[in-house]
Amino acid sequence: MKAALDTPRTLLGKIWDEHEILRHPSGPSLLYIDRDMIHEGSFHAFADLKARGLKPRRPKQIFGVADHYVPTRGRTAQDAATPAIARMIETFDENMQWGGVRHFSLSDRRQGIVHVVAPEQGITLPGLTLVCSDSHTSTQGALGSIAFGIGQSENAHVLATQTLWQLRPKVMRVTIDGVLAEGVTAKDVMLALIAKIGAAGAGGYAIEFAGSVVRGLSIEGRLTLCNMSIEAAARFGMVAPDDTTFAYVRGRHYAPSEQEWEGAVAYWRTLASDEGAYFDREVHLDAAEIAPMVTWGTSPEDAVAIDGLVPDPARFDSADRRKSAQKSLDYMGLKPGMALQGLALDKVFIGSCTNSRIEDLRSAAAMIKGRKAVIPSIIVPGSTQVREQAEAEGLAALFRDAGFEWRESGCSMCAAINGDVIGPGERCASTSNRNFVGRQGPGARTHLVSPAMAAAAAVTGCLTDIRRNGGGVA
Amino acid sequence: MRAFVREASKVVVIPGMNCDTDQIIPGRFLKSDRAQGYGQYLFHDIRRTSAGALDEAFPLNQAGAETATILLVEDNFGCGSSREGAVYALVDHGIRAVIGPSFGDIFYNNALKNGLLPVRLPSEICHSLATHLAHAKDGEVVVDLQAAEVVLPGNLGTHPVVIDAFARDCILRGLDEIDMTFTFMEHIQDFEAKRLASHPWLDR
Ligand code: SF4
Repeated sequence: MKAALDTPRTLLGKIWDEHEILRHPSGPSLLYIDRDMIHEGSFHAFADLKARGLKPRRPKQIFGVADHYVPTRGRTAQDAATPAIARMIETFDENMQWGGVRHFSLSDRRQGIVHVVAPEQGITLPGLTLVCSDSHTSTQGALGSIAFGIGQSENAHVLATQTLWQLRPKVMRVTIDGVLAEGVTAKDVMLALIAKIGAAGAGGYAIEFAGSVVRGLSIEGRLTLCNMSIEAAARFGMVAPDDTTFAYVRGRHYAPSEQEWEGAVAYWRTLASDEGAYFDREVHLDAAEIAPMVTWGTSPEDAVAIDGLVPDPARFDSADRRKSAQKSLDYMGLKPGMALQGLALDKVFIGSCTNSRIEDLRSAAAMIKGRKAVIPSIIVPGSTQVREQAEAEGLAALFRDAGFEWRESGCSMCAAINGDVIGPGERCASTSNRNFVGRQGPGARTHLVSPAMAAAAAVTGCLTDIRRNGGGVA
Repeated sequence: MRAFVREASKVVVIPGMNCDTDQIIPGRFLKSDRAQGYGQYLFHDIRRTSAGALDEAFPLNQAGAETATILLVEDNFGCGSSREGAVYALVDHGIRAVIGPSFGDIFYNNALKNGLLPVRLPSEICHSLATHLAHAKDGEVVVDLQAAEVVLPGNLGTHPVVIDAFARDCILRGLDEIDMTFTFMEHIQDFEAKRLASHPWLDR
């Protein structure tokens, strides 16, 4: 609105302009925040509000959901792994009640991982600004919104004012054209992108995903893309809303009503980046060159094709990178030149806001083909609704029969703070987003993979190339 | 918020690129009450051996390190989770400034809100400083935000602190951002009334 009408603008630019209340003379915009999603970690922000004698200013625009600390073997706080963890869940409920904030607590059928639940409930919509005190809020830009992670000080600011001071990021367009090969998913695209541009590669940028592959992806696939934008250091991931988006959003609980629908869609259609809009950086990926990926190290950038080898740190170009890679290999218990395929595993985790939606579970189920998990393998649906849908479709029974543990929804082993952990030295194929040192428990070794790759690993007991044997497993 | 104006100190070098917030504070400590202080959790797992004892090789465990208030770090420090606990751990340990080539974006913002100054210096300069400190451990660095410069030891010179004017002003004055934003409440309310009228589903 504030830029001249004939200046071509990006998707980010349009939504930003629409939400800019004012600009401070020294640079940042005071942005209006449409929705704030909060979870158990918000207790610091609530303590801050209480100390100031404030309450959430716009409780209707705030939604709470318990996910990080929740037990996956039961649905009451008493099922939590320890009394201290139970206390986190209870404190959350108390704060939500105190603040008058709508929330989906443990026993609510709408509960789940915040970034799965918000799109599912129609809380995330095209053209909105949405924040959450969680770095993977970038996930939600998949619907064509500005969605980003904040800390608890910023969260307190949003709760108190429904605004944030923000500097406008630069925009990087990542164009993915071509056709993805059989067995290659949005997860593999992101691991390939991060391996290419580095874990710091998109620092200071918002990523807008474009190209024929992105247009052809379902909303669930786009959510996976945007989810891992933060692993390339971009705080935002975005996809312009299109018919796929509108079809996904329609009829969801907090979405515009049928009477409001046409008007909303007409506006949403104007949001796509204009022809000729300026991007600060352009990156291209050729879909044909992307294989099913796996990580070998302790940063998501340490990713190679499943038929690749553990790289030799001596061949990296900077001294810092050589040192870090060697440290990663020591932690991971790997040697340069080893094949990743066939590497024996101790556990499999299918879950997290990256890959725990219904399509992820379907693609995992398709890999099992009557075989049994030969190592402890757990499946944690991204939300209670996903869980119920998987049960209705018969996926849950299929997983159980194959020896997988079928759990209640939550973050679980992604952050390993609810008591679900991988043991020291244990090697896990995980569909989550971070292979950091100790992320899944002290000493745990994480290999990031797609849901299909994780399911194949569960039934073979090792990292497995799902392209072998006509998409089945050896 | 505690203001940051100027800090002069020895420097502890924290090795490793992409030092994520899980390294700065492991997730299992995040449920702790801030009143107990988060300094005890700083780099908890990486500063210990697998047996749980403090690892003498870790720079923060070495003699003299406890009085340092400035850290030198590598690329992409504080990447990963948005947990502000990472900043609380640094602040409660007594760290006032962190110098490095680049920082995780959310970490950077969180730091500024807690009076911890993240200072971006070009990689080559960070490397020269690390090399210098390897031989002269007690070399002092001065971070002067008023003058917007960093004075390095030896012959490494003086370098500008590049920071956006708004953030600099807030942290220099120790300004409370929420109080400041309240002074714009009329603008916020006008804007909000229009927004909710055109997007009534936001108000249900
Ligand atoms: S699933 Fe993992 S990455 Fe996603 S919100 Fe939960 S802890 Fe964070």
